[in-house]
Amino acid sequence: MAQKTLAAALALVAVLGALAAEAKAPTLPKTVTVDLPKGLDFYAGPGADAINNNCLACHSRDMVLNQPSMPKAAWEAEVAKMRNVYKAPVAEKDVPAIVDYLVRVKGAK
Amino acid sequence: MERPDPLRRTLTRRRVIGTAGMAGLALASTPAWAEKMVRLTFPGGADERPLTSAFPQKGTMILQRVRPPLLETPFEVFDHGVFTPNDRFFVRWHWAVIPTTVDTASFRLAVRGHVNQPLSLTLEELLALPQVEMAAVNQCSGNSRGFFQPRVAGGEWGNGAMGNARWTGVRLKDVLDRAGVKPGAVQVRFNGMDEPVVADGPDFIKSLAIDHARDGEVMIAYAMNGRPMPLLNGFPLRLIVPGWYATYWVKMLNDIEVLDQPDTNFWMKTAYTIPDTPNADMKPGEAGVKMVPINRMVPRSFITNLKAGEHLPAGRPAPVRGIAFGGDSGVARVDLSVDGGKSWQATRLGTDEGKYSFRRWEIRLTLPAKGDYALMVRCTNSDGAAQPERPNWNPAGFMRNAIEATPVVAS
Repeated sequence: MAQKTLAAALALVAVLGALAAEAKAPTLPKTVTVDLPKGLDFYAGPGADAINNNCLACHSRDMVLNQPSMPKAAWEAEVAKMRNVYKAPVAEKDVPAIVDYLVRVKGAK
Repeated sequence: MERPDPLRRTLTRRRVIGTAGMAGLALASTPAWAEKMVRLTFPGGADERPLTSAFPQKGTMILQRVRPPLLETPFEVFDHGVFTPNDRFFVRWHWAVIPTTVDTASFRLAVRGHVNQPLSLTLEELLALPQVEMAAVNQCSGNSRGFFQPRVAGGEWGNGAMGNARWTGVRLKDVLDRAGVKPGAVQVRFNGMDEPVVADGPDFIKSLAIDHARDGEVMIAYAMNGRPMPLLNGFPLRLIVPGWYATYWVKMLNDIEVLDQPDTNFWMKTAYTIPDTPNADMKPGEAGVKMVPINRMVPRSFITNLKAGEHLPAGRPAPVRGIAFGGDSGVARVDLSVDGGKSWQATRLGTDEGKYSFRRWEIRLTLPAKGDYALMVRCTNSDGAAQPERPNWNPAGFMRNAIEATPVVAS
């Protein structure tokens, strides 16, 4: 008798549990539409043309301006990585001007 | 009707700045929507960031990068509780082509590759599978990168590229079982709806070993803290890989491919790799170090109710509290030292929300005499791993988990 009662109680718990789980399933909205900030601010100062022409398609300028100061070789490596790994369409002739700008604003010995 | 919408605020502020004749000055240094600057206190500077509330479905966040978005959780949020609110949860995207509209009726999750029965699941079909729920910390591999010395390039995060949520969804195992994984499967690869800006750029895709994918813990979540996810956190579906770094938690997940060969794509083989050494530690410039894909998280702990330089009463008890997580196992203990690590006192742990969750710790701390102190906290996880005293270093700035010290003044 006690066993039967326990079994019935457990069954009830299971049913309530299932109901609770079902009730908890969130309803997803039909559509979600958002607007993302564009992040199109230009790099400022002298010699910024090459970086403005080449380096704003994939990421906003804050990615660069928030970097620590780094030696020229490190900046050359970053530009090379953007071209070779991430396939940034940066013309080879523009690379020195981009590196010069980076060293001017974010250079270190 | 007036709504407190961020765009309106931005426009209003722009107009105000414009009227004051300072538009040029303001735009030269900070984005127009910047409300206030925060300093993340990195060694060597470049550590000021604007706060922003211009991103959809997000509250005030630290702006690391506008596009693709990198948004950091302001640290004081972690003092409010162990669950990070959805609108304050950090955001990290690799490529700027992010769908800005998701239609949940036409959305499909593909399951394909080395399976018996390729699937194209609607959200309704997915929601009909057994529901599971789990609290788990989601932490960027490069969380705290800005504190590396020497500094390294990358997203220059403070400590807020992490968050904890209660995730609701289905077991990845159940989905894979429906498709029927064929013998010989070695990995499962995950892709989301984001795309490279340049056609031949490497699409962001990540893989897990087949046994890991089928361990019954890895989830496909459709809700975060009981609500649909913000789009920037992965709406409508996100992979949840408890105990592992966020790089595997693919957002806007819409493609699952079972592989019969190891994945050698850029994001597994080259990016997100760490030295195969204790604490992922190496020397700057060290050559010939074996690199492996980043994987399990390691324990961390933080003080959340005190800022650097804050005053505490000397000789009287004051509450000190914070959060800890064990990484790939639970929090066993959190200890605090006021003497540079010579002696440690145990803190009291809060409610256990599960082994992958943040856990609160607190202590009534009495600083013996007036003067300067550095409060250090150390988490030991239930596997016995404790935070190291010495910070690790690696060229990508991954896996920092050294014991943090907060300078305070007893007065």
